[in-house]
Amino acid sequence: MALTNEFIKGKLTEKFGEEVYNFEEPYEMLTFEAYKDDNLKVLQFLFDDEELKFQFLTDICAVHYPDKKGQELAVVYHLHNLVDNVRIRFKVFTDINQPDVFTATALYQSANWMERETYDFYGVNFVGHPNLKRILNVDEMDYFPMRKEFPLEDQTRIDKDDEMFGRGGSIW
Amino acid sequence: MSRPVRFNIHPKQPDIHDNIAIAEMPEGLQGEGYFATGLEKALTLARKNSLWPLPFATSCCGIEFMATMGSHYDLSRFGSERLGFTPRQCDLIMVMGTIAKKMAPVLRQVYLQMAEPRWVMAVGACASSGGIFDTYSVLQGIDQVIPVDVYVPGCPPRPEAILDGFIRIQELVGNESLRRRNSEHYKALLGSYGIQ
Repeated sequence: MALTNEFIKGKLTEKFGEEVYNFEEPYEMLTFEAYKDDNLKVLQFLFDDEELKFQFLTDICAVHYPDKKGQELAVVYHLHNLVDNVRIRFKVFTDINQPDVFTATALYQSANWMERETYDFYGVNFVGHPNLKRILNVDEMDYFPMRKEFPLEDQTRIDKDDEMFGRGGSIW
Repeated sequence: MSRPVRFNIHPKQPDIHDNIAIAEMPEGLQGEGYFATGLEKALTLARKNSLWPLPFATSCCGIEFMATMGSHYDLSRFGSERLGFTPRQCDLIMVMGTIAKKMAPVLRQVYLQMAEPRWVMAVGACASSGGIFDTYSVLQGIDQVIPVDVYVPGCPPRPEAILDGFIRIQELVGNESLRRRNSEHYKALLGSYGIQ
């Protein structure tokens, strides 16, 4: 039987009931959420199930929603079933003041560097990660640059005229 | 019959000075069988016409540099026949392209490995000022980590501009006092970058 979105959704709700929710299909890619404490249970089920076989982790990334109080950071897992060539997207949300999410490194080796990258840019603390330190940015960096409160530009410069960069103000 | 283009309608008498740069003879005393001039003049003449560049090319300006080195623009005409791919043998480091903050210590290390006298050329907007990459991850000009002698503007600069920058480096080399690298002023300059 073909691995349709309805079938995957049915399998998940049968197993987890109300703990998986907000099913959507943007551009026909199944997307759903779970509570952050359940993320490993859901990933393990998707990995182990005889029919689902989502055994390839394409990407982990995070999103910062400053207006969602208590759920500011989303951690997004992109999973791929290589046998049937089906992809799904799985999200968990966490409070930015306590951004602890369980690590997926035990399940997917590739999660190691992806989680380091997510930590580097968003400060998500992956509990249980073997080597959670910066991977792309300089080690001396003392903030998480992709969080919305940090402007893109280097804030220490005084020699660039902001008007020339379309953001008002002047150095004169 | 050859096509009538500008070159054969108005044939140009070959003049070697149009094609290759020939160094001017320095002032000095000469007579039959000898020529005497100052040590500084002779030395800087030799230096400026045999600069060994070290290309530090990280992005698109490096492509322009490849054209500069190629037969059409031919940097070799100015005495740089050979690029040295080791900092220890080179006189001039040409930094071409965006330098990420993570690359900055590497660039600095390469500069420190060069022997004095050494010159630095920042080619293109990114190496000079960060260019369009006004962002947290990009070094906003290599002059934050090493002293720069000549900046070449452009995004990327054409090979002519790189050649112009190179000629300006040659002018600096040709006019530099032999004592400059031992001067307090120079030590203070390096000191301001935390070198030595």
